[in-house]
Amino acid sequence: MKFSHKNLLGIAELSQSDILTILNLTNNFRQVLDRPIPIVPALRGKTIVNLFFEPSTRTATSFAIAAKRLSADIVNFAIKSSSVIKGETLLDTAKNIEAMKVDGVVIRSSYPGAAHFLAKHLKAFVVNAGDGAHEHPTQALSDIYTISQRIKKFPDLKVLIVGDITHSRVARSDILAFSKLGAKVAICGPPTLIPIGIEKTGCEIFYKLDHILSEVDVVVALRLQRERQQVGLFPSIREYRALYGLTKERLLKLRRPLIIMHPGPINWGVELDPAVATTPHSVVLEQVKNGVAVRMAVLYALAGGETDAKG
Amino acid sequence: MLKDKIILTGGIIVDPVKKKLTESDIYIEQGIIKKIGKNFKASGTQILDIKGNYIAPGFIDLHTHLRQPGREDEETIATGAYAALAGGFTKVCCMPNTEPAIDNEGVVKFILQEQALAGYAQVLPVGAATKGRAGAEISEIGQLVAAGIVAISDDGDPISDPRVMRQVLEYAKIFDLPVISHCEIKALSANGVMNEGIISTRLGLRGIPDIAEAAMVYEHILLADYTKSRLHIAHISTKKSVEIIRWAKEKGISITAETCPHYFSLTEEMCETFDSNYKVNPPLRTKMDAEAIKEALADGTIDVIATDHAPHLASEKEVEFDLAPFGMIGLETAFAIGYEELVLKKYLNLIDYIAKLTCEPAKVLKLDLPTIAEGKTANLVIFDPKAKWVYQKEIIKSKSQNSPFIGRELKGKISKVIIGNHLFEF
Repeated sequence: MKFSHKNLLGIAELSQSDILTILNLTNNFRQVLDRPIPIVPALRGKTIVNLFFEPSTRTATSFAIAAKRLSADIVNFAIKSSSVIKGETLLDTAKNIEAMKVDGVVIRSSYPGAAHFLAKHLKAFVVNAGDGAHEHPTQALSDIYTISQRIKKFPDLKVLIVGDITHSRVARSDILAFSKLGAKVAICGPPTLIPIGIEKTGCEIFYKLDHILSEVDVVVALRLQRERQQVGLFPSIREYRALYGLTKERLLKLRRPLIIMHPGPINWGVELDPAVATTPHSVVLEQVKNGVAVRMAVLYALAGGETDAKG
Repeated sequence: MLKDKIILTGGIIVDPVKKKLTESDIYIEQGIIKKIGKNFKASGTQILDIKGNYIAPGFIDLHTHLRQPGREDEETIATGAYAALAGGFTKVCCMPNTEPAIDNEGVVKFILQEQALAGYAQVLPVGAATKGRAGAEISEIGQLVAAGIVAISDDGDPISDPRVMRQVLEYAKIFDLPVISHCEIKALSANGVMNEGIISTRLGLRGIPDIAEAAMVYEHILLADYTKSRLHIAHISTKKSVEIIRWAKEKGISITAETCPHYFSLTEEMCETFDSNYKVNPPLRTKMDAEAIKEALADGTIDVIATDHAPHLASEKEVEFDLAPFGMIGLETAFAIGYEELVLKKYLNLIDYIAKLTCEPAKVLKLDLPTIAEGKTANLVIFDPKAKWVYQKEIIKSKSQNSPFIGRELKGKISKVIIGNHLFEF
């Protein structure tokens, strides 16, 4: 069987069975990664372009490693030295990529819909590696894969996402991904960082962390960008940490252990205490490791690989 | 050019002033309507058989962007004025957001000269209310009036300082001039690109809340009432604004308001494809808002339908949604969209609908009421209510093609426009 989508633009477009297909493939590739020589020839001869319009080390690297593990050629389109600086539009860039006959494009942009725009103009497959505050589907797939390794039944699961929901593409993709698998999702943060109507995407809103923290199995802490303070969205880091920080004291009060996730990069001492990250309940580094396997699964599926193959 | 003597036969005259539909022939001699009636003697005359068509006074658009001077690559006075005729508009008010702005007599004279040379729709310049549309100092409105402006406005850059707005309203009284206000509290719209709500949240696009419009509508109504000045509120898009205007009119506050076809025919869901042809300011709102706008047109809360025709190059629009400029062209589609959404869907009868495009905008500008009568210069739009047509790129008269209605089947088509002894056929 082939994957039924040409592109991966967001979790919004995926059905539950699409998600399970990717998780299944991820499992196979996760085993590949543990081999002494972690490479398969699945995408030999394919060329993928990494088109990152925003600085990103981990996601760009994760896609590059995923492509190499599949024996694909991956080319990093370096924005700083490119004609984008000279005023070239995304459409021009798309047409140029098309002319060079590549098989797939991975795009990261600060603008929501950039991946959709590219997909409309390209025959090559497009993977959204984050578009503004819209979606970051491979991060969400990596998050649910990581959870699936620890907890088998999603319908019994309660997930809490804490922090700046308004500006977070991870939050939007996570809410969709977890709820499509049947988990209950709650979000928590100051109302100034919770966008209007978010509850209608499948989550419940809480303003006070301690009330909801004791009821969930998984907590996803989001990065708080310090610039948000300057526009008045929260009064100080000190107060933010007091209200929404995942501190050791706060977690020690809980009766049961929580799985702690963070999409990175972490603001230590703001949304997450360093002491918390090193506990066995933190799966932050597993998320990163699984991220490579998820991206292998996505690239493989979109490049036309058999999605029911055994690894 | 028409012959000296022509007869229009078989049409139905829509008179929005007398509120009458009459099946009559019209005899025009040297551009003047000589006789309205039946069975004229027809020697040496040209006969135009317009059976099945309606004849109305030429439409007036209170809100057009013609881009000249400054952005002749997007539109010129000539191309815009021709697009206007294709949409049935024989008079258009051009907004002052040109480069340079219409804040001095030179630009006003230039526009009047260009439109006379073009010879299509008459262009009525709207002057900048403040110098450079910067919202700080009143422009030389007296000089602008002498040069020929019909209203003042800072267009898309609302006068956000209420003290300045008060001064503008007061000063405009010298010339009995309407002040056209684009109501938007920029601090609340905060670089938003679409309506704020569940859709903007899902798409991760920054939202423009309805209160950004409604709160300034309220403020400007209070200022207009306090100063007893003429305020016309541009492109109403929200239910909340409608409710405030309705309240004001019930209280007897004398204001007028307009909306545009896209605010009652399109909704925010259309942004879901990230197609920037749906990016417009004010943004497309919810179904509830669109419904409230239609009801407001029906009960007279909103007086006028204007286009907010805003041409942009394809290269400017074919970018990420965040980066695209706001606005859509609208002159050529306005009539058909309104005809389908308001007349065929029974919010307005044909006469009242035509009034929103003719005598209501004329009242805002205090122009002679557009009526079809003997002795008047012909200024007529002829439309076929049954014609179905598809708005396609190939037939667009505007220099730009940024319309969300491309490919849509439209009902009701402008077939001819007659101005004096000039006939334009579409």
